[in-house]
Amino acid sequence: MSKHSLSHLDVLESESIHIMREVAAECKNPALLFSGGKDSIVMLRLAEKAFRPAKFPFPLVHIDTEHNFPEVIACRDKLAADLGERLIVRSLEDSIKRGTIVIKDESKPRNPFQSVTLLETIAEFGFDACMGGARRDEEKARAKERIFSFRDEFGQWDPKNQRPELWDTYNTRVHAGENIRVFPISNWTEMDIWQYIGREKLYIPNIYYAHEREVIRRGGNVIPVSHLVQPKPGEKVEVATVRFRTVGDMTCTAPVESTARNVDEIIEETASTRITERGATRMDDQTSDASMELRKKEGYF
Amino acid sequence: MNTTTQLLRFITAGSVDDGKSTLIGRLLHDSKSIFEDQFSAISKTSEKRGMAAVDLSLLTDGLQAEREQGITIDVAYRYFATPKRKFIIGDTPGHEQYTRNMVTAASTANLVVILIDARRGVLTQTRRHTYLASLVGVPHIVLAVNKMDMVDYSQARFDEIVAEYKTFAAQLELHDVTCIPMSALVGDMVVDRGANLDWYKGPALLELLEKVEIDNDVNTSDFRFPVQWVCRPQTDEFHDFRGFAGRIEAGEVSVGDEVTVLPSGRSSKVKEIVTYDGNLQTAFAPQSVTITLADEIDISRGDMLVKSSLNAPKVEKEFEAMLCWLSESPLDKNRKYLVKHTTRTAKCLFSRIFYRVDVNTLEPHEVEKLNMNDIARVSLKIQQPLVFDSYEIDRATGSFIVIDEATNNTVAAGMIA
Repeated sequence: MSKHSLSHLDVLESESIHIMREVAAECKNPALLFSGGKDSIVMLRLAEKAFRPAKFPFPLVHIDTEHNFPEVIACRDKLAADLGERLIVRSLEDSIKRGTIVIKDESKPRNPFQSVTLLETIAEFGFDACMGGARRDEEKARAKERIFSFRDEFGQWDPKNQRPELWDTYNTRVHAGENIRVFPISNWTEMDIWQYIGREKLYIPNIYYAHEREVIRRGGNVIPVSHLVQPKPGEKVEVATVRFRTVGDMTCTAPVESTARNVDEIIEETASTRITERGATRMDDQTSDASMELRKKEGYF
Repeated sequence: MNTTTQLLRFITAGSVDDGKSTLIGRLLHDSKSIFEDQFSAISKTSEKRGMAAVDLSLLTDGLQAEREQGITIDVAYRYFATPKRKFIIGDTPGHEQYTRNMVTAASTANLVVILIDARRGVLTQTRRHTYLASLVGVPHIVLAVNKMDMVDYSQARFDEIVAEYKTFAAQLELHDVTCIPMSALVGDMVVDRGANLDWYKGPALLELLEKVEIDNDVNTSDFRFPVQWVCRPQTDEFHDFRGFAGRIEAGEVSVGDEVTVLPSGRSSKVKEIVTYDGNLQTAFAPQSVTITLADEIDISRGDMLVKSSLNAPKVEKEFEAMLCWLSESPLDKNRKYLVKHTTRTAKCLFSRIFYRVDVNTLEPHEVEKLNMNDIARVSLKIQQPLVFDSYEIDRATGSFIVIDEATNNTVAAGMIA
């Protein structure tokens, strides 16, 4: 490599900073979706790199399902406070009270309903662009999505009618009422995320590292016991050494058995794993070949 | 894998009949980039369809919307890594709307793999793919002569195809062409060399992807810095800070360099190159940085900083370009459109269509309007001056997109000629 050669992480980082600055410069009222998960923590660091020494030209927004791991919520609040940035939290409970979400079974995943509260929050604040930490390597519906993904008034993604995206020249334009979802880390993989967390020494929720946890085994999955998930008659609670590869809704996020207690060990494990991130951890994506595609069409990010 | 590996973006051009999906599947499979749950899903589908072996082409199978309606949705991006490099594949399936899809995917690619069926040789579509690759200025081209197993791994057949291809390619601006015989089905010369092509001494496909030189794919000589965003913290600590945030699109810059702001033409010196990780002495493409200047001069988004001592870009309101029309609504010469070029967006008019290029024969045709997938030489009038280079010199400052204000759709891609 010549002296003017950048590593893949440097190239990805610069691309993401460029995307975030385009959003800040061209969108009237953007927001950054921040959940306290590893991908959105990487997004925060990228935003620092894009905008410091100024404040972020947008608020952080979290759509809280109230099904999140408490460690993740604690991390979310700590990081937002440490950065001194504004955090807006809107809860699915608000939508339930309004009657726009009707929950039939408390123990079922709430991901399908997240879109409702997200769209209500977009309307409440008039956001015209929401940046999210989704990656194209996660899922095949994501693999076909643009970095600047146009959504109509109903928040819907139309995969057949996407704007062509050429070079790094992004079309950010929307009419009133429409909005754009922007994915600055589209081109990052799970491995890139871990390498970056290691390089930047990012603080992440401790449940990403191996720990002892009460779990039950149900239908081939390891399920964490919580106030939402209790053993059914005949199921045995056991203590296993596990870590989470993703941290979503507690009722449908499965940990993997692991002894990786730091980032280096996680990177080593990620390099040798033979199962995809979502395949290993997301029970809601296992229900149908097109679960993610369907959720996205309804306004999910 | 370490954190200093490089990133290579490439695309594959060819149809299913040429074994494109099989090639991508083979590349992912033999480089051990397919996960067990993905493999078990395609094994099940292969079994359901009564196939004897696992069909690797299923890995690139699409969305429910595509399966139901028998359509293909332009570009899908796939990722894999070897210990030497990380790769992003832009996968553009199907024949329909091929020009539009390939131009889109090729716009960010370092390399294109053009697939040929060894039995059929150089076809019209091979010429089309090669022309589009040259139009979009993809720096490296690989001609993958696939299905060598169907022609008894004949060196004579391979040489014949290569000779024909090179005769055609000589008419185009292509800088780096490598021809590789292979069988994606059997696995010869994709990741492993295999046992059937001993007469071929060049690199296998993955070996080439791992070692092709890409540092010089960006323009390293002329400094080009389109200002994206002005950073004014207005805090006590940074009361007078005024930084110009952007990505270096070409060349390099150092503290103390004399720079000119275009289009205004004012000059100053670089005071600091600010990054979150500390100030830099020198920065280069494609780094994203924030630059402060020694003098207070009026600079806003859409302006470009260049080095005063080097080749100046053009600053003009009229120019000619090669245009690829991407929209279902044809180009209307009576309407105004928007041009987005680097960080500047301005109204434009298409004053003239010189000719449309037949992408199969490369012949020019006179036309009155442009339809989707048409490629044409046009002239544009812009409401305000743009700061640009020719596309051949710099992909970043020589390219633009055209937006229809009524729909906000991206309707064309342009390369300044």
